[in-house]
Amino acid sequence: MPHTASSPIVDLRDLRLDTAISLVGHEGAVPPGHTATAPAQYLQRLIDGLCDLSLKDPLTGLANRRHFQAVLEREIDRVTRSGEAALLLMLDIDRFKQVNDTYGHLAGDRVLQAVAQSLSNCVRPMDTLARYGGEEFAVVLPACQAAFGKAVAERIRRTIAATPIRIDSMTELNVTISIGGAFALQWIRSTTPLWTDRADHQLYRAKSEGRNRVCIEEQPDSTVTAEEKGMLFGPLYSPSGWGDLTAMNLNDSAH
Amino acid sequence: MSDAPSPSTPTSTATPASASQGARIIAVTSGKGGVGKTFVSANLAAALSRRGQRVLVLDADLGLANLDVVLNLHPKITLHDVFTGKSSLDDAVIAAPGGFSVVLAGSGMVEYSRLTPEVRNQFLNVIQTLAPRFDVILLDTGAGISDVVLFSVSLASEVLIVATPEPTSLTDAYAAIKVLAMQQKRQHVRMVVNQAARPGDGRAITSQLQQVLERFVATDSGRPLRLIHMGDIPADLAVRDAVMRRQLLLLNTPGCPAALAISQLAGKIEETLLTRAG
Repeated sequence: MPHTASSPIVDLRDLRLDTAISLVGHEGAVPPGHTATAPAQYLQRLIDGLCDLSLKDPLTGLANRRHFQAVLEREIDRVTRSGEAALLLMLDIDRFKQVNDTYGHLAGDRVLQAVAQSLSNCVRPMDTLARYGGEEFAVVLPACQAAFGKAVAERIRRTIAATPIRIDSMTELNVTISIGGAFALQWIRSTTPLWTDRADHQLYRAKSEGRNRVCIEEQPDSTVTAEEKGMLFGPLYSPSGWGDLTAMNLNDSAH
Repeated sequence: MSDAPSPSTPTSTATPASASQGARIIAVTSGKGGVGKTFVSANLAAALSRRGQRVLVLDADLGLANLDVVLNLHPKITLHDVFTGKSSLDDAVIAAPGGFSVVLAGSGMVEYSRLTPEVRNQFLNVIQTLAPRFDVILLDTGAGISDVVLFSVSLASEVLIVATPEPTSLTDAYAAIKVLAMQQKRQHVRMVVNQAARPGDGRAITSQLQQVLERFVATDSGRPLRLIHMGDIPADLAVRDAVMRRQLLLLNTPGCPAALAISQLAGKIEETLLTRAG
């Protein structure tokens, strides 16, 4: 089961500036109760704790929305330069409101945690899983080829549908998710709102087409294959046809 | 949150039709930079206004605008001032040497090279406000196929691709046309071949592009996108001269072959796009 993100190794409320300064200065000012810990280790734990707090969603332990935005920004910078494929999936638990209404919010929280756990078993370490808000999750998949996008999303959808969630000793729930996805525009600098917009639009489609399904935006293919280039250039730039184009221009400018 | 995610607004709030009340909107684009897109826009505008059309050239290259450089204008008020609310749009409409009007992007526009919903709406507003006052609006778009370019092209009812016979230019023009066919469901795109070495070059290039499109680019309708060859502009040293003087070719050397070709192109555009019954 997922741990909550704020595992209280170090109580962040203990952090005082003079404590931190003296820790950095190796003067050793570990607060009482932590004296068994080396000062540097204690400081590292404080930093880790702060990072967790600012980057993770406390309920599910997934990346929070702030972290998700940062990852998406970075991914846009990367694909703009490299032209690599990257996929953004938006996932939403189907009829989640009914879970809350029927079994209570604690059961709802259990479902969110269980779905988060299943999701993290479905993705690669390089992927970023985030709780986007409410019962909506997001996955950023760098270096994900168009051909695999649908397969990845389908695998996630099937896994969730096939994993019953125990919410108390008596009850197991079967939940499904809808998934919408959009690839980053290759070579094109887009924005995080536009990219999320496109993925969200597909999620909306998946919902309105009956839920428990995957919709992925068709990619505008702006790559030109060698085959296309061959056909494009062959007749135009053959030595007998257009090869003398440059020579003509040179003659012109010699006048 | 409820069952369904909140329906997000689809990418475009307005259709090309609603943006084109009044003027005919033509996007001049290229795929590749440095093929004379702005040169063609400016001189085509001059040629069209000489034929009695009310023409506006809108600098839609928000990232790297250089219509002002081509026309040797030093605008005090630009689209940047309109977007930031410093000036009214009316003040940003400037008379250009060739008898047409321009709205320049201004250097501050780099901030707008990312297409946010705000930029989208402001751009849309500008076009909707100006469209009734002109017969034709030429959108001088940026190079490449960034979302700003694709968006500004999506506002136009006609697309004019400028390409040169160079392999790189053709490849990029082809990539741009492909995206326009698939993403914007364009039925046809118009071609101008700039710096053509000899008569017939442009037509050969266009028909070759057409064949590759028919072979490789599937459209929803099942019919391939049709490329319409609008003409060639011959390689002409007078062009270089005009560009270096930062003058319109049509004013600098109106009788040179390239200027004549642009006038001819204007005639063809007027005949096919601007003549309306009634």
